[in-house]
Amino acid sequence: MRRFIISALFFALLVFAWHEIVTIKVAQKNGWSPVLAVQPQEVGVYLWGAVKDGTLWQASLVTMRRLVIGYIIGIVIGLPLGLLTARWKFCEDTIGVLALGLQTLPSVCWVPLALLWFGQSESAMLFVVIMGSLWSVVIATDNGVRNVPPIYARAARTMGSKRLHTWVKVILPASLPFIVSGMKQGWAFAWRSLMAAEIYVAILTGVGLGQLLQYGRDLNAMDQVIGIMFVIVVIGLLADKIMFSPWEKFMHRRWGTGRS
Amino acid sequence: MSLNEELQVIAPSKLSVEKVSKRFRTSRHEEVHALDNVSLQVGEGDFVCLVGPSGCGKSTLLSIIAGLEKPDTGHVLSDGKPVTEPGRDRMVMFQESALFPWLDVMNNVLFGLKLKPGLKNSDRREVARFYIKLVGLEKFAHSNIHELSGGMKQRVALARALAPNPRVLLMDEPFAALDALTREQLYGDIQKIWEARKKTIVFVTHNVREAVCLGNRVILFSPHPGRIREEFSIDLPRPRDINSVELAGYSSEITRALKGYVNKEASE
Repeated sequence: MRRFIISALFFALLVFAWHEIVTIKVAQKNGWSPVLAVQPQEVGVYLWGAVKDGTLWQASLVTMRRLVIGYIIGIVIGLPLGLLTARWKFCEDTIGVLALGLQTLPSVCWVPLALLWFGQSESAMLFVVIMGSLWSVVIATDNGVRNVPPIYARAARTMGSKRLHTWVKVILPASLPFIVSGMKQGWAFAWRSLMAAEIYVAILTGVGLGQLLQYGRDLNAMDQVIGIMFVIVVIGLLADKIMFSPWEKFMHRRWGTGRS
Repeated sequence: MSLNEELQVIAPSKLSVEKVSKRFRTSRHEEVHALDNVSLQVGEGDFVCLVGPSGCGKSTLLSIIAGLEKPDTGHVLSDGKPVTEPGRDRMVMFQESALFPWLDVMNNVLFGLKLKPGLKNSDRREVARFYIKLVGLEKFAHSNIHELSGGMKQRVALARALAPNPRVLLMDEPFAALDALTREQLYGDIQKIWEARKKTIVFVTHNVREAVCLGNRVILFSPHPGRIREEFSIDLPRPRDINSVELAGYSSEITRALKGYVNKEASE
Protein backbone atom coordinates (compact mmCIF):
# COMPACT_ATOMS: atom_id res chain seq x y z
CA MET A 1 0.00 0.00 0.00
CA ARG A 2 2.79 2.39 0.99
CA ARG A 3 4.60 1.62 -2.23
CA PHE A 4 1.45 2.18 -4.23
CA ILE A 5 1.00 5.62 -2.65
CA ILE A 6 4.59 6.54 -3.47
CA SER A 7 4.10 5.52 -7.10
CA ALA A 8 0.80 7.38 -7.34
CA LEU A 9 2.31 10.52 -5.85
CA PHE A 10 5.23 10.35 -8.24
CA PHE A 11 3.01 10.18 -11.30
CA ALA A 12 0.69 12.88 -10.01
CA LEU A 13 3.72 15.08 -9.53
CA LEU A 14 4.96 14.27 -13.01
CA VAL A 15 1.64 15.26 -14.61
CA PHE A 16 1.49 18.39 -12.50
CA ALA A 17 5.04 19.42 -13.53
CA TRP A 18 4.15 18.76 -17.16
CA HIS A 19 1.08 20.98 -16.85
CA GLU A 20 2.99 23.81 -15.11
CA ILE A 21 5.99 23.82 -17.42
CA VAL A 22 3.82 23.80 -20.56
CA THR A 23 1.65 26.61 -19.17
CA ILE A 24 4.68 28.78 -18.40
CA LYS A 25 6.56 28.03 -21.61
CA VAL A 26 3.55 28.62 -23.87
CA ALA A 27 2.76 31.98 -22.17
CA GLN A 28 6.29 33.29 -22.76
CA LYS A 29 7.07 35.44 -25.76
CA ASN A 30 8.82 33.19 -28.36
CA GLY A 31 7.90 30.31 -26.08
CA TRP A 32 6.76 26.81 -27.07
CA SER A 33 4.10 26.35 -29.71
CA PRO A 34 0.79 25.34 -28.09
CA VAL A 35 0.30 22.91 -30.97
CA LEU A 36 3.39 20.92 -30.06
CA ALA A 37 3.37 21.37 -26.31
CA VAL A 38 -0.02 20.02 -25.33
CA GLN A 39 -1.49 19.97 -21.87
CA PRO A 40 -2.12 16.68 -20.07
CA GLN A 41 -5.84 17.44 -19.93
CA GLU A 42 -5.92 17.75 -23.74
CA VAL A 43 -4.48 14.25 -24.00
CA GLY A 44 -7.16 13.11 -21.58
CA VAL A 45 -9.89 14.74 -23.64
CA TYR A 46 -8.59 13.08 -26.80
CA LEU A 47 -8.46 9.66 -25.14
CA TRP A 48 -11.98 10.05 -23.74
CA GLY A 49 -13.25 11.03 -27.18
CA ALA A 50 -11.46 8.15 -28.83
CA VAL A 51 -12.91 5.73 -26.30
CA LYS A 52 -16.43 7.12 -26.79
CA ASP A 53 -16.45 7.03 -30.59
CA GLY A 54 -14.88 3.59 -30.58
CA THR A 55 -11.74 4.34 -32.60
CA LEU A 56 -9.49 3.37 -29.72
CA TRP A 57 -11.16 -0.01 -29.11
CA GLN A 58 -11.23 -0.67 -32.81
CA ALA A 59 -7.55 0.13 -33.25
CA SER A 60 -6.48 -1.79 -30.15
CA LEU A 61 -8.49 -4.77 -31.31
CA VAL A 62 -6.92 -4.73 -34.76
CA THR A 63 -3.43 -4.45 -33.28
CA MET A 64 -3.97 -7.10 -30.63
CA ARG A 65 -5.43 -9.50 -33.16
CA ARG A 66 -2.35 -9.19 -35.37
CA LEU A 67 -0.06 -9.51 -32.42
CA VAL A 68 -1.72 -12.46 -30.71
CA ILE A 69 -2.25 -14.52 -33.87
CA GLY A 70 1.29 -13.87 -35.09
CA TYR A 71 2.76 -14.55 -31.68
CA ILE A 72 0.89 -17.81 -31.22
CA ILE A 73 2.03 -18.98 -34.65
CA GLY A 74 5.57 -17.96 -33.70
CA ILE A 75 5.42 -20.09 -30.54
CA VAL A 76 3.71 -23.04 -32.20
CA ILE A 77 6.49 -23.15 -34.82
CA GLY A 78 9.32 -22.02 -32.55
CA LEU A 79 8.87 -24.43 -29.66
CA PRO A 80 9.15 -27.66 -31.69
CA LEU A 81 12.00 -26.18 -33.74
CA GLY A 82 13.87 -25.41 -30.52
CA LEU A 83 13.31 -28.98 -29.31
CA LEU A 84 14.60 -30.30 -32.64
CA THR A 85 17.76 -28.17 -32.60
CA ALA A 86 18.49 -29.24 -29.03
CA ARG A 87 17.93 -32.91 -29.79
CA TRP A 88 19.62 -33.45 -33.14
CA LYS A 89 23.05 -32.25 -34.26
CA PHE A 90 21.75 -32.03 -37.83
CA CYS A 91 19.02 -29.56 -36.85
CA GLU A 92 21.43 -27.63 -34.67
CA ASP A 93 23.85 -27.16 -37.58
CA THR A 94 21.06 -26.04 -39.92
CA ILE A 95 18.01 -24.49 -38.24
CA GLY A 96 20.01 -23.58 -35.13
CA VAL A 97 22.55 -21.55 -37.07
CA LEU A 98 19.78 -19.91 -39.09
CA ALA A 99 17.94 -18.94 -35.90
CA LEU A 100 21.09 -17.49 -34.33
CA GLY A 101 21.73 -15.43 -37.44
CA LEU A 102 18.21 -14.16 -37.92
CA GLN A 103 17.78 -13.33 -34.25
CA THR A 104 20.44 -10.65 -34.58
CA LEU A 105 18.41 -9.02 -37.35
CA PRO A 106 16.29 -6.22 -35.85
CA SER A 107 12.77 -7.38 -36.56
CA VAL A 108 11.73 -4.09 -38.18
CA CYS A 109 14.12 -5.03 -41.00
CA TRP A 110 11.55 -7.66 -42.06
CA VAL A 111 9.03 -4.94 -42.92
CA PRO A 112 10.27 -4.00 -46.42
CA LEU A 113 10.50 -7.67 -47.39
CA ALA A 114 7.05 -8.41 -46.00
CA LEU A 115 5.55 -5.51 -47.95
CA LEU A 116 7.17 -6.62 -51.19
CA TRP A 117 5.97 -10.18 -50.76
CA PHE A 118 2.53 -9.68 -49.31
CA GLY A 119 1.63 -6.09 -50.24
CA GLN A 120 -0.17 -3.81 -47.80
CA SER A 121 -2.09 -6.65 -46.19
CA GLU A 122 -2.73 -8.49 -42.95
CA SER A 123 -0.38 -11.21 -44.12
CA ALA A 124 2.48 -8.73 -44.17
CA MET A 125 1.73 -7.72 -40.57
CA LEU A 126 1.49 -11.34 -39.44
CA PHE A 127 4.73 -12.19 -41.19
CA VAL A 128 6.56 -9.38 -39.39
CA VAL A 129 5.20 -10.46 -35.99
CA ILE A 130 6.06 -14.11 -36.61
CA MET A 131 9.59 -13.30 -37.70
CA GLY A 132 9.95 -11.02 -34.69
CA SER A 133 9.02 -13.69 -32.13
CA LEU A 134 9.94 -16.99 -33.78
CA TRP A 135 13.74 -16.91 -33.50
CA SER A 136 13.96 -15.93 -29.87
CA VAL A 137 11.50 -18.70 -28.99
CA VAL A 138 13.62 -21.22 -30.93
CA ILE A 139 16.83 -20.11 -29.24
CA ALA A 140 15.33 -19.96 -25.75
CA THR A 141 13.79 -23.43 -26.07
CA ASP A 142 17.04 -24.87 -27.40
CA ASN A 143 18.97 -23.20 -24.59
CA GLY A 144 16.47 -24.37 -21.98
CA VAL A 145 16.60 -28.00 -23.08
CA ARG A 146 20.41 -27.98 -23.09
CA ASN A 147 20.41 -26.68 -19.54
CA VAL A 148 18.25 -29.48 -18.17
CA PRO A 149 20.47 -31.55 -15.86
CA PRO A 150 20.88 -35.00 -17.51
CA ILE A 151 20.13 -36.60 -14.14
CA TYR A 152 16.43 -35.67 -14.50
CA ALA A 153 16.10 -37.74 -17.67
CA ARG A 154 18.07 -40.61 -16.09
CA ALA A 155 15.88 -40.59 -13.01
CA ALA A 156 12.76 -40.51 -15.18
CA ARG A 157 14.01 -43.46 -17.24
CA THR A 158 14.49 -45.61 -14.15
CA MET A 159 10.84 -44.95 -13.30
CA GLY A 160 9.72 -46.19 -16.71
CA SER A 161 9.47 -42.90 -18.59
CA LYS A 162 10.31 -43.14 -22.28
CA ARG A 163 10.77 -40.89 -25.34
CA LEU A 164 7.66 -38.72 -25.71
CA HIS A 165 6.70 -39.06 -22.04
CA THR A 166 10.17 -37.93 -21.00
CA TRP A 167 10.01 -34.94 -23.34
CA VAL A 168 6.57 -33.79 -22.29
CA LYS A 169 6.76 -34.59 -18.57
CA VAL A 170 10.44 -33.94 -17.81
CA ILE A 171 12.46 -32.01 -20.39
CA LEU A 172 9.78 -29.44 -21.20
CA PRO A 173 8.82 -28.53 -17.61
CA ALA A 174 12.48 -28.60 -16.57
CA SER A 175 13.31 -25.98 -19.21
CA LEU A 176 10.27 -23.85 -18.36
CA PRO A 177 12.26 -20.96 -16.83
CA PHE A 178 14.26 -20.57 -20.02
CA ILE A 179 11.26 -21.03 -22.29
CA VAL A 180 9.18 -18.42 -20.47
CA SER A 181 11.95 -15.84 -20.58
CA GLY A 182 12.39 -16.61 -24.28
CA MET A 183 8.65 -16.21 -24.84
CA LYS A 184 8.80 -12.86 -23.05
CA GLN A 185 11.60 -11.71 -25.26
CA GLY A 186 9.71 -12.98 -28.30
CA TRP A 187 6.67 -11.02 -27.17
CA ALA A 188 8.72 -7.85 -26.76
CA PHE A 189 10.25 -8.24 -30.21
CA ALA A 190 6.89 -8.98 -31.82
CA TRP A 191 5.28 -5.96 -30.15
CA ARG A 192 8.05 -3.63 -31.25
CA SER A 193 8.18 -4.88 -34.80
CA LEU A 194 4.41 -4.68 -35.19
CA MET A 195 4.38 -1.04 -34.04
CA ALA A 196 7.17 -0.25 -36.47
CA ALA A 197 5.29 -1.95 -39.29
CA GLU A 198 2.02 -0.19 -38.49
CA ILE A 199 3.69 3.22 -38.40
CA TYR A 200 5.64 2.47 -41.54
CA VAL A 201 2.75 1.54 -43.74
CA ALA A 202 -1.01 1.98 -43.82
CA ILE A 203 -2.82 -1.34 -44.03
CA LEU A 204 -6.15 -1.07 -45.76
CA THR A 205 -7.83 -3.93 -43.91
CA GLY A 206 -7.70 -2.32 -40.48
CA VAL A 207 -6.39 0.70 -38.61
CA GLY A 208 -4.13 -0.30 -35.74
CA LEU A 209 -2.60 1.69 -32.90
CA GLY A 210 0.58 2.36 -34.88
CA GLN A 211 -1.46 3.85 -37.66
CA LEU A 212 -3.41 6.04 -35.23
CA LEU A 213 -0.06 7.25 -33.95
CA GLN A 214 1.10 8.05 -37.47
CA TYR A 215 -2.20 9.87 -38.28
CA GLY A 216 -1.57 11.97 -35.19
CA ARG A 217 1.71 13.01 -36.71
CA ASP A 218 0.14 13.70 -40.12
CA LEU A 219 -2.51 15.90 -38.52
CA ASN A 220 -0.06 17.65 -36.18
CA ALA A 221 -2.30 16.34 -33.37
CA MET A 222 0.10 16.11 -30.45
CA ASP A 223 -2.70 15.09 -28.05
CA GLN A 224 -3.36 12.05 -30.23
CA VAL A 225 0.34 11.18 -30.51
CA ILE A 226 0.88 11.24 -26.75
CA GLY A 227 -2.48 9.61 -26.03
CA ILE A 228 -1.73 6.65 -28.28
CA MET A 229 1.77 6.29 -26.88
CA PHE A 230 0.16 6.08 -23.45
CA VAL A 231 -2.24 3.38 -24.62
CA ILE A 232 0.66 1.41 -26.12
CA VAL A 233 2.49 1.49 -22.80
CA VAL A 234 -0.64 0.35 -20.94
CA ILE A 235 -1.21 -2.57 -23.31
CA GLY A 236 2.42 -3.61 -22.94
CA LEU A 237 2.11 -3.64 -19.16
CA LEU A 238 -1.21 -5.49 -19.21
CA ALA A 239 0.12 -8.15 -21.57
CA ASP A 240 3.01 -8.75 -19.23
CA LYS A 241 0.69 -9.07 -16.23
CA ILE A 242 -1.90 -11.29 -17.93
CA MET A 243 0.35 -13.57 -19.94
CA PHE A 244 3.58 -13.90 -18.02
CA SER A 245 2.87 -13.14 -14.37
CA PRO A 246 1.07 -16.46 -13.68
CA TRP A 247 3.99 -18.42 -15.12
CA GLU A 248 6.53 -16.41 -13.22
CA LYS A 249 4.62 -16.77 -9.98
CA PHE A 250 4.45 -20.52 -10.50
CA MET A 251 8.20 -20.67 -11.08
CA HIS A 252 9.02 -18.49 -8.08
CA ARG A 253 6.90 -20.77 -5.93
CA ARG A 254 8.22 -24.07 -7.23
CA TRP A 255 11.85 -23.30 -8.01
CA GLY A 256 12.17 -20.73 -5.26
CA THR A 257 13.97 -18.35 -7.58
CA GLY A 258 13.85 -14.57 -7.57
CA ARG A 259 11.67 -12.55 -5.21
CA SER A 260 9.61 -14.56 -2.80
CA MET B 1 -4.30 -54.58 -8.79
CA SER B 2 -5.73 -53.69 -5.42
CA LEU B 3 -4.23 -51.25 -3.00
CA ASN B 4 -3.31 -53.94 -0.47
CA GLU B 5 -1.58 -56.08 -3.05
CA GLU B 6 0.33 -53.04 -4.20
CA LEU B 7 1.55 -52.25 -0.70
CA GLN B 8 2.55 -55.85 0.07
CA VAL B 9 6.13 -56.71 0.82
CA ILE B 10 7.26 -58.55 -2.31
CA ALA B 11 10.13 -60.96 -2.77
CA PRO B 12 13.46 -59.26 -3.49
CA SER B 13 15.46 -60.17 -6.57
CA LYS B 14 18.69 -62.04 -7.03
CA LEU B 15 21.23 -60.17 -9.14
CA SER B 16 24.12 -61.68 -10.97
CA VAL B 17 26.77 -59.66 -12.71
CA GLU B 18 28.71 -61.85 -15.11
CA LYS B 19 32.07 -60.87 -16.60
CA VAL B 20 31.10 -57.27 -17.23
CA SER B 21 33.60 -54.96 -18.94
CA LYS B 22 33.11 -51.35 -19.91
CA ARG B 23 35.37 -48.76 -21.50
CA PHE B 24 34.51 -45.23 -22.44
CA ARG B 25 36.25 -42.17 -23.77
CA THR B 26 36.59 -38.93 -21.87
CA SER B 27 36.14 -35.58 -23.57
CA ARG B 28 39.94 -35.46 -24.00
CA HIS B 29 39.86 -38.73 -25.94
CA GLU B 30 41.55 -40.70 -23.20
CA GLU B 31 40.22 -44.18 -22.87
CA VAL B 32 39.05 -45.15 -19.41
CA HIS B 33 38.79 -48.80 -18.55
CA ALA B 34 35.96 -48.41 -16.10
CA LEU B 35 35.22 -52.08 -15.49
CA ASP B 36 37.37 -55.07 -16.30
CA ASN B 37 35.75 -58.48 -16.23
CA VAL B 38 33.73 -57.89 -13.08
CA SER B 39 31.55 -60.66 -11.69
CA LEU B 40 29.36 -60.37 -8.62
CA GLN B 41 26.49 -62.33 -7.12
CA VAL B 42 23.92 -60.59 -4.95
CA GLY B 43 21.43 -62.82 -3.18
CA GLU B 44 17.74 -62.13 -2.55
CA GLY B 45 17.36 -59.44 0.06
CA ASP B 46 21.08 -58.92 0.46
CA PHE B 47 22.58 -55.53 1.32
CA VAL B 48 25.82 -55.10 -0.60
CA CYS B 49 28.07 -52.05 -0.47
CA LEU B 50 30.52 -51.27 -3.26
CA VAL B 51 33.49 -49.28 -1.99
CA GLY B 52 36.49 -47.82 -3.74
CA PRO B 53 38.27 -44.62 -4.74
CA SER B 54 36.76 -42.49 -7.48
CA GLY B 55 37.25 -43.87 -10.97
CA CYS B 56 37.05 -47.50 -9.86
CA GLY B 57 33.88 -48.09 -11.85
CA LYS B 58 31.52 -48.70 -8.93
CA SER B 59 29.01 -46.10 -10.14
CA THR B 60 29.32 -47.40 -13.69
CA LEU B 61 28.48 -50.88 -12.46
CA LEU B 62 25.41 -49.51 -10.68
CA SER B 63 24.27 -47.77 -13.89
CA ILE B 64 24.70 -51.04 -15.77
CA ILE B 65 22.64 -52.95 -13.20
CA ALA B 66 20.03 -50.21 -13.45
CA GLY B 67 19.98 -50.65 -17.24
CA LEU B 68 20.93 -47.02 -17.83
CA GLU B 69 24.16 -48.07 -19.51
CA LYS B 70 25.12 -51.12 -21.50
CA PRO B 71 28.25 -53.18 -20.82
CA ASP B 72 30.73 -53.76 -23.67
CA THR B 73 30.94 -57.42 -22.80
CA GLY B 74 29.27 -59.62 -20.21
CA HIS B 75 25.79 -59.18 -18.84
CA VAL B 76 23.67 -58.63 -15.77
CA LEU B 77 20.85 -60.97 -14.80
CA SER B 78 18.01 -60.01 -12.54
CA ASP B 79 16.23 -63.13 -11.32
CA GLY B 80 17.82 -64.94 -14.26
CA LYS B 81 16.51 -62.48 -16.86
CA PRO B 82 19.06 -60.31 -18.71
CA VAL B 83 18.91 -56.58 -17.95
CA THR B 84 18.69 -54.56 -21.17
CA GLU B 85 16.92 -51.39 -20.07
CA PRO B 86 15.75 -49.63 -16.91
CA GLY B 87 12.84 -51.34 -15.19
CA ARG B 88 10.50 -50.69 -12.31
CA ASP B 89 11.86 -53.73 -10.52
CA ARG B 90 15.19 -51.89 -10.06
CA MET B 91 14.86 -48.34 -8.75
CA VAL B 92 17.77 -45.93 -8.38
CA MET B 93 18.64 -43.24 -5.85
CA PHE B 94 21.27 -40.73 -6.97
CA GLN B 95 23.77 -38.59 -5.13
CA GLU B 96 21.90 -35.42 -5.99
CA SER B 97 18.29 -36.12 -5.12
CA ALA B 98 17.30 -35.64 -8.79
CA LEU B 99 13.85 -34.61 -7.61
CA PHE B 100 11.82 -32.56 -10.08
CA PRO B 101 11.56 -28.94 -8.89
CA TRP B 102 8.38 -28.24 -10.89
CA LEU B 103 6.47 -30.84 -8.84
CA ASP B 104 5.71 -30.86 -5.12
CA VAL B 105 6.73 -33.75 -2.85
CA MET B 106 3.51 -35.70 -3.47
CA ASN B 107 3.77 -35.43 -7.25
CA ASN B 108 7.44 -36.36 -7.23
CA VAL B 109 6.58 -39.58 -5.43
CA LEU B 110 3.64 -40.09 -7.79
CA PHE B 111 5.80 -39.70 -10.90
CA GLY B 112 6.85 -43.34 -11.10
CA LEU B 113 3.49 -44.60 -9.81
CA LYS B 114 1.63 -42.86 -12.61
CA LEU B 115 3.72 -44.87 -15.06
CA LYS B 116 2.79 -48.12 -13.37
CA PRO B 117 -0.22 -49.67 -15.11
CA GLY B 118 -3.15 -51.39 -13.46
CA LEU B 119 -3.73 -49.00 -10.57
CA LYS B 120 -6.55 -46.60 -9.85
CA ASN B 121 -5.49 -42.98 -9.47
CA SER B 122 -6.89 -42.82 -5.95
CA ASP B 123 -4.84 -45.90 -5.05
CA ARG B 124 -1.72 -44.29 -6.50
CA ARG B 125 -2.19 -41.33 -4.19
CA GLU B 126 -2.74 -43.70 -1.28
CA VAL B 127 0.49 -45.56 -2.09
CA ALA B 128 2.41 -42.28 -2.38
CA ARG B 129 1.05 -41.17 1.00
CA PHE B 130 2.12 -44.49 2.52
CA TYR B 131 5.74 -44.05 1.44
CA ILE B 132 5.89 -40.35 2.30
CA LYS B 133 4.78 -41.37 5.77
CA LEU B 134 7.32 -44.21 5.84
CA VAL B 135 10.16 -41.71 5.39
CA GLY B 136 8.58 -39.43 8.00
CA LEU B 137 7.55 -36.52 5.78
CA GLU B 138 3.76 -36.66 5.96
CA LYS B 139 3.69 -33.02 7.03
CA PHE B 140 5.59 -32.01 3.92
CA ALA B 141 3.55 -33.83 1.27
CA HIS B 142 2.64 -30.56 -0.42
CA SER B 143 5.91 -28.71 0.10
CA ASN B 144 8.01 -27.52 -2.80
CA ILE B 145 11.37 -29.19 -3.28
CA HIS B 146 13.41 -26.03 -2.74
CA GLU B 147 11.87 -25.65 0.71
CA LEU B 148 13.35 -28.94 1.93
CA SER B 149 16.74 -29.52 3.54
CA GLY B 150 19.28 -31.84 1.93
CA GLY B 151 18.32 -34.73 4.20
CA MET B 152 14.61 -34.27 3.56
CA LYS B 153 15.25 -34.21 -0.19
CA GLN B 154 16.99 -37.58 0.04
CA ARG B 155 14.08 -38.94 2.07
CA VAL B 156 11.71 -37.87 -0.70
CA ALA B 157 14.03 -39.47 -3.24
CA LEU B 158 13.91 -42.66 -1.16
CA ALA B 159 10.11 -42.56 -1.04
CA ARG B 160 10.03 -41.99 -4.79
CA ALA B 161 12.31 -44.97 -5.35
CA LEU B 162 10.30 -47.23 -3.03
CA ALA B 163 6.88 -46.20 -4.34
CA PRO B 164 6.68 -48.47 -7.41
CA ASN B 165 7.55 -51.37 -5.03
CA PRO B 166 10.79 -52.46 -6.73
CA ARG B 167 12.59 -55.68 -5.89
CA VAL B 168 15.99 -54.02 -5.99
CA LEU B 169 17.15 -50.64 -4.71
CA LEU B 170 20.29 -49.20 -6.29
CA MET B 171 21.86 -46.35 -4.35
CA ASP B 172 24.64 -44.21 -5.80
CA GLU B 173 26.34 -42.31 -2.94
CA PRO B 174 22.97 -41.01 -1.79
CA PHE B 175 24.26 -39.48 1.44
CA ALA B 176 27.58 -38.06 0.21
CA ALA B 177 26.37 -34.48 0.12
CA LEU B 178 24.76 -34.48 3.58
CA ASP B 179 26.12 -33.37 6.94
CA ALA B 180 27.23 -36.03 9.43
CA LEU B 181 24.25 -35.75 11.78
CA THR B 182 21.66 -36.05 9.02
CA ARG B 183 23.59 -38.97 7.56
CA GLU B 184 23.53 -40.87 10.86
CA GLN B 185 19.76 -40.50 11.06
CA LEU B 186 19.39 -41.80 7.54
CA TYR B 187 21.63 -44.82 8.30
CA GLY B 188 19.11 -45.80 10.94
CA ASP B 189 16.15 -45.20 8.64
CA ILE B 190 17.56 -47.09 5.71
CA GLN B 191 18.32 -50.16 7.86
CA LYS B 192 14.79 -50.10 9.26
CA ILE B 193 13.22 -49.74 5.83
CA TRP B 194 15.43 -52.47 4.39
CA GLU B 195 14.25 -54.84 7.11
CA ALA B 196 10.60 -53.84 6.79
CA ARG B 197 10.35 -53.81 3.00
CA LYS B 198 12.82 -56.65 2.17
CA LYS B 199 14.66 -55.14 -0.77
CA THR B 200 17.88 -56.26 -2.36
CA ILE B 201 20.13 -53.22 -2.00
CA VAL B 202 23.30 -52.37 -3.87
CA PHE B 203 24.86 -49.30 -2.29
CA VAL B 204 27.80 -47.38 -3.78
CA THR B 205 29.97 -45.23 -1.55
CA HIS B 206 33.56 -44.10 -1.04
CA ASN B 207 32.99 -43.92 2.72
CA VAL B 208 34.21 -47.16 4.29
CA ARG B 209 32.50 -46.61 7.66
CA GLU B 210 29.22 -45.98 5.91
CA ALA B 211 29.64 -49.23 3.97
CA VAL B 212 30.39 -51.21 7.13
CA CYS B 213 27.45 -49.63 8.93
CA LEU B 214 24.98 -50.56 6.21
CA GLY B 215 26.12 -53.61 4.28
CA ASN B 216 25.98 -57.34 4.92
CA ARG B 217 28.88 -57.48 2.50
CA VAL B 218 31.42 -54.85 1.52
CA ILE B 219 33.01 -55.26 -1.90
CA LEU B 220 36.29 -53.46 -2.45
CA PHE B 221 37.05 -52.01 -5.89
CA SER B 222 40.31 -50.64 -7.24
CA PRO B 223 40.67 -48.37 -10.28
CA HIS B 224 42.52 -48.41 -13.63
CA PRO B 225 41.02 -50.77 -14.62
CA GLY B 226 38.03 -51.10 -12.31
CA ARG B 227 38.17 -54.50 -10.64
CA ILE B 228 36.84 -56.22 -7.56
CA ARG B 229 39.75 -56.81 -5.18
CA GLU B 230 38.37 -58.19 -1.99
CA GLU B 231 35.17 -58.94 -0.21
CA PHE B 232 34.36 -58.58 3.47
CA SER B 233 31.31 -59.89 5.18
CA ILE B 234 30.16 -57.77 8.08
CA ASP B 235 28.91 -59.84 10.97
CA LEU B 236 27.38 -57.26 13.26
CA PRO B 237 23.89 -57.16 14.77
CA ARG B 238 21.43 -54.56 13.55
CA PRO B 239 20.55 -51.81 13.91
CA ARG B 240 24.18 -50.80 13.75
CA ASP B 241 25.58 -47.61 15.18
CA ILE B 242 28.24 -45.99 13.05
CA ASN B 243 30.14 -44.88 16.16
CA SER B 244 30.46 -48.34 17.71
CA VAL B 245 33.89 -49.85 18.40
CA GLU B 246 33.21 -53.13 16.59
CA LEU B 247 32.25 -51.22 13.52
CA ALA B 248 35.42 -49.14 13.73
CA GLY B 249 37.44 -52.37 13.82
CA TYR B 250 35.96 -53.59 10.52
CA SER B 251 36.32 -50.21 8.96
CA SER B 252 40.00 -49.80 9.80
CA GLU B 253 40.71 -53.27 8.43
CA ILE B 254 38.98 -52.43 5.14
CA THR B 255 40.58 -48.99 4.95
CA ARG B 256 43.99 -50.60 5.34
CA ALA B 257 43.26 -52.97 2.49
CA LEU B 258 41.98 -50.12 0.34
CA LYS B 259 45.11 -48.04 0.96
CA GLY B 260 47.22 -51.03 -0.01
CA TYR B 261 45.63 -51.19 -3.46
CA VAL B 262 45.82 -47.43 -3.98
CA ASN B 263 49.49 -47.28 -2.97
CA LYS B 264 50.38 -50.28 -5.08
CA GLU B 265 48.88 -48.54 -8.07
CA ALA B 266 50.74 -45.31 -7.30
CA SER B 267 54.09 -47.11 -7.13
CA GLU B 268 53.54 -49.02 -10.36
